[in-house]
Amino acid sequence: MTSYTTNEFKSGLKVMMDNDPYNILENEFVKPGKGQAFNRVKMRNLKTGRVLEKTFKSGESLEGADVVDMELQFLYNDGTMLHFMSPETFEQYAVNTEKVADEVKWLKEQDICLTTLWNGVIIALNPPIFVTLKVTETDPGIRGDTATGGSKPATLETGAVVRVPLFVNTGDILKIDTRTGEYISRGK
Amino acid sequence: MNHWQPTTTLDVLQLRAAIIAKIRAFFTRRHVLEVETPLLSTSTNPAVHLNSFSVINHPPLYLQTSPEFAMKRLLAAGSGDIYQISKAFRAQENGRLHHIEFTMLEWYRVNFTHYDLMDEVGQFLHFVLNTAETSRITYRDLFLQYLNVDPFGPTDDLKKIARQQGLNASLDDDHDAWLQLLLTHLIEPHLGEKHPLLVYDFPATQAMLARINPNNPQTAERFELYFKGMELANGFHELNNPQEQRARFVQENKIREQLNLPSIPLDEKFLASLASLPPCSGVALGVDRLVMIAAQVNSLAEVLTFIE
Repeated sequence: MTSYTTNEFKSGLKVMMDNDPYNILENEFVKPGKGQAFNRVKMRNLKTGRVLEKTFKSGESLEGADVVDMELQFLYNDGTMLHFMSPETFEQYAVNTEKVADEVKWLKEQDICLTTLWNGVIIALNPPIFVTLKVTETDPGIRGDTATGGSKPATLETGAVVRVPLFVNTGDILKIDTRTGEYISRGK
Repeated sequence: MNHWQPTTTLDVLQLRAAIIAKIRAFFTRRHVLEVETPLLSTSTNPAVHLNSFSVINHPPLYLQTSPEFAMKRLLAAGSGDIYQISKAFRAQENGRLHHIEFTMLEWYRVNFTHYDLMDEVGQFLHFVLNTAETSRITYRDLFLQYLNVDPFGPTDDLKKIARQQGLNASLDDDHDAWLQLLLTHLIEPHLGEKHPLLVYDFPATQAMLARINPNNPQTAERFELYFKGMELANGFHELNNPQEQRARFVQENKIREQLNLPSIPLDEKFLASLASLPPCSGVALGVDRLVMIAAQVNSLAEVLTFIE
């Protein structure tokens, strides 16, 4: 793998640090006129999702990380592993369900999902920001209540449970924001 | 598509021209002579943290990181007070407040101490930017005030403060690097919010071309100007002892060797001239940053015509 010095760090570059892959988010050059130059770097650990701030001496370097973003089709969940396939190469990939539990709850079988692979292994799922999913179970809707006032849980076809307004019925199609897990609107 | 348009605006170009005219008016009134010295020289400043562009290899010619050496040779030749507005070049410096090529104003006053020159820097800012007052504080008091730590104390104290403030850096036991980390990350962004601030009595270990304070050898007769959270200028009571200057250059080249950086041929003409350098103080000021403040913008790109 190539190594990159601090002046090559830019948003989107994937590097290795302390044996984990990171995505560079920001890189600010800071230097006193007469003294040590620094690069103040914000980077996201691609395994944990945590954002870290670290200051490097300018000129220090990190190894590049073999990280690629790839669109994969979600095939099925066998209970412990999720199985994906590349629609282009038909190569299959599997990932432990627990590792991506927060993301997989927005995915239906056959959905295309942007995934992050490190050394050929899935380390993150990046579902679309908005998904539309069918309600499979919720308390009966209250007619007329289309505005404010109260919410109730609803189970979606992927198994995810979200809070929805009282007027929502089983069988409705809902638009959900996957970043917050919040209900956005009811579709047709 | 080729994006050929300037990164600045025509309004800022007007503003820059007006500031340059004011700078010239300031020095003309004070009978300080405008000079021009070469941008290319067979030597350059060997300071470890300065990277010069070397444009031809055998023998090397360097683009100057500041016009300091040539201007001091003029002073040694009897020029009297001088100033220069010129381009300066520093390789590998790129960022919101840095560019590899920038405009520097540098001026020297014969028989001025660095205290006299600090007074004049305040008058300069008042003339050019109409600032009300320029206050001053020692380097030591600055660290005590902002971080409650003595910059001349143990390195471990500096490391502790960095940790407490959430800074994550590995600088080993390089005391000056820790000081510079704390200053640039935790103090500088707050300096000179309303009024310009002069910080003086820097550590002697951070002053390549300044005299050591005769009353306190821990400090050098060096000052820095901060305004709007930026470093704007650096000034020295100039060292005019050729032996001491040579020793400092040799030491820098030793550190360069340890760090696998190219060593810099010593500027023998500059060193020879130092014996004739009259007592003087000098200061270098970043003109682009001065324009940034006048234009109330946040990055150099907004005041430079084009960025390569």
